[in-house]
Amino acid sequence: MFAIVRDPIDVAAIARLVRTDSSGAVITFAGVVREMSDDDRPVTGLSYEAHESMAADEFEAIAQEARRRFGPCEIAVAHRIGDLRVGDVSVAVAVGAPHRGAAFDACEFAIDELKRRAPIWKKEHYAQGDSEWRTNPDARPK
Amino acid sequence: MKVRVLAFARVRELLGPPREVELPSGATAGALWDDLAKMCEDLPQLAQSTRIARNGRVVRREETLEDGDEIALLPPAGGG
Repeated sequence: MFAIVRDPIDVAAIARLVRTDSSGAVITFAGVVREMSDDDRPVTGLSYEAHESMAADEFEAIAQEARRRFGPCEIAVAHRIGDLRVGDVSVAVAVGAPHRGAAFDACEFAIDELKRRAPIWKKEHYAQGDSEWRTNPDARPK
Repeated sequence: MKVRVLAFARVRELLGPPREVELPSGATAGALWDDLAKMCEDLPQLAQSTRIARNGRVVRREETLEDGDEIALLPPAGGG
């Protein structure tokens, strides 16, 4: 399950989507807006935008690859777009799997690949009043 | 022929909202980029980093476009 959302993300609700009776482990990851940029500038908020249908396609490809690598699992992702403030959840990933090892691995793989591949963009707004589009350091090259 | 151009992030700020672009029949994705770059002086410096998607699939600059295509201009990812 993948969703681009405009309202606050309920991480527990995302986790409920991935639990089945074969789940021995449910892992959640929440990406949260923090007060400092990677280059140590005070941040007041972030703005996100996405190509929604391409992001959904990319998620499907990532989820399939995660299952090939780590075995059967349920994966759900919600990514928020629009204007977020410090403390807001920007992305939630939940994985349900029979055992915790595969669940942790699939969760880490899913967030790493989403950051690298999904057509989603972030603009940082700084306390000084300026703002800047930021690229993930490991964004997929052309 | 006409294609619809969607841009995102920095490229969207340069090009503005989605627009229809008139192109000669058989034009390539690269030719579309070059046309847009002529209208926007800050666009050429983003050529290396911007991927072009045709109807939801990333294509090479040599890809031939067709009437009614949706072309998306995709800067490097910044989500999460």
